Amino acid sequence: MKKISSNLNSTIMHLVLITYTIICLFPVYLLVNNSFKSRRAIFKQPLSLPNEDTFSLGGYLKMFSRIDFSIYFYNSAVITIITLFFVLLFGAMAAWALSEYKFKGNTMLGLYLALGIMIPIKLGTVSILHLMNTLNLVNSLTGLIIIYIAQSLPLAIWILTEFMKQLSNELKEAARCDGVNEYQLFFYIVLPLLRPPMATVGVFTMVPVWNDLWWPLILAPSNGKQTVILGMQQYIGQYVTNWNAIFASLSLALIPVIIFYLIFSKQLIRSITAGAVK
Amino acid sequence: MKKKFPFHIIVFLFPACFIYSIFMIYPLIDTMRVSLYTQNLLGENMDDSSGIRVFIGLRNYYDLFFNDTWSWHFWNALKNNLYFFLLHVSIQTPIGLLIAAFLSNKELKLKNTYRTLIFLPAMMSIVIVGYIFNLILSNLWGIPQTILGVVGLEHLYQPWLGLKGSALITVSLISIWQFVGIPMMLFYAALLNIPEEILDAAKVDGSSGLNTFWKIKFPLILPTVGLMCVLTYVGNFNAFDLIYAIKNIYAGPEFSTDLMGTFFYRTFFGYQHQLGNPTMGATVASTTFGIILVGVIIYLFAFQKRITRYQY
Repeated sequence: MKKISSNLNSTIMHLVLITYTIICLFPVYLLVNNSFKSRRAIFKQPLSLPNEDTFSLGGYLKMFSRIDFSIYFYNSAVITIITLFFVLLFGAMAAWALSEYKFKGNTMLGLYLALGIMIPIKLGTVSILHLMNTLNLVNSLTGLIIIYIAQSLPLAIWILTEFMKQLSNELKEAARCDGVNEYQLFFYIVLPLLRPPMATVGVFTMVPVWNDLWWPLILAPSNGKQTVILGMQQYIGQYVTNWNAIFASLSLALIPVIIFYLIFSKQLIRSITAGAVK
Repeated sequence: MKKKFPFHIIVFLFPACFIYSIFMIYPLIDTMRVSLYTQNLLGENMDDSSGIRVFIGLRNYYDLFFNDTWSWHFWNALKNNLYFFLLHVSIQTPIGLLIAAFLSNKELKLKNTYRTLIFLPAMMSIVIVGYIFNLILSNLWGIPQTILGVVGLEHLYQPWLGLKGSALITVSLISIWQFVGIPMMLFYAALLNIPEEILDAAKVDGSSGLNTFWKIKFPLILPTVGLMCVLTYVGNFNAFDLIYAIKNIYAGPEFSTDLMGTFFYRTFFGYQHQLGNPTMGATVASTTFGIILVGVIIYLFAFQKRITRYQY
């Protein structure tokens, strides 16, 4: 009797979970699937997979003939990678100082840096635009990178501080006894130990930066400096009627993130559930 | 031996503190300062060198709350945003909780696959999600009609995104669809952290699955539910991309999907025949800041105290 009821329970659970997973994936399926179909097939058989008759790369070809997506990809990649590098470096340095050294105002400084986790940087847009104008960084990738570093640092510092508190004291003291100075200790011994939380910080930094629309819209709206998301948004704004091209450009903007996520999902989920992010 | 001044601490802290202070904290404070000024709108240039700024105290706030030119849009956006938030909390949280509860079941197979796939939409760009749903729900394509047709309910279809009565709900549901993975993940993590002994003790005492969940597990993860609510609150009052992708800055029909984010954008940059107004934009941003602060403070008082009580 108990066995039957537990079997029934797990069947219900699987049904609910499968249904919800389908709900999650259905729109993505519709999008990517239809990006490989001819215009007729998109409207006639939107749900079925492309076959010999309906397969078409027309949307992609059309899109590439109109805009240079590779420039946008290049911009997005440069922005994301440089941002990530500095967030990891500066974030780890600050987290190290906060977790390792006792100094006056340590807790206050930690709280000050944590404020940014809760307060959206968007609220400072009026002044940031003015500041960027003054520094002559409007319409440049540098301006975007600086904003993204500032925006990503608070969470990065917080996650890394939590992690560094767990590092063993013996290792640090042993190194210090060997006459290693504080900089060497950090760069040669502590930094290599940070690989697991760095992956988490990496995903939490890169995904919002790659996906962001607001700052590219405000700081780099002109030709050649768009990110993938902004370029795609402007492109769709201009060619609303061409469904093939819309599906193609949306898929192209989406797929890198999906691949990136699937590669890192195990590590990301493990660190979320391990309590690195509470 | 006298201790050396700890220069290395400053070297470690300086880069992060510098960038964070100059490009995040200073602009926030400066925005509040700018909100106390008015601008002589002679030029159309966004740069404030084109106009002379005059200090007017809280006059902008008075105009925003009570002057017809602004107040209708402000209260409308605020009301919509609150509704947007309430829908998120009342739909997203229970779904997230249900899935997390299922996933935390030890004997369940394939849980990693479910978890990864259900979290996937949260990783996608909001703009892309907005466009996808705009296409799916458009009556040109007919996806909802087809699906409703399968169960014979085709007549129920309406262009939900285009109707004043249903646009905001539809937009909220799209956003909920995208972000269910976040509460799911946080609740799942919290459920895993409940010590085995407590659950074993409950089992020995003959507590059934459902009973254990509501009487033991749920109270223990209540702090996480609170955290999720405040994260949703901050996120919702910061929302912009989804409305921009689906409805552009006009937040139609008739501003029924207008949120604080889109209202801020229109105020700052202008739209149609209305010129952009940076100081009024600063006022809207500062007000949003205040609204977010109120939510965070309520959370800190309501939940943070309880966390100590439930600490295990």
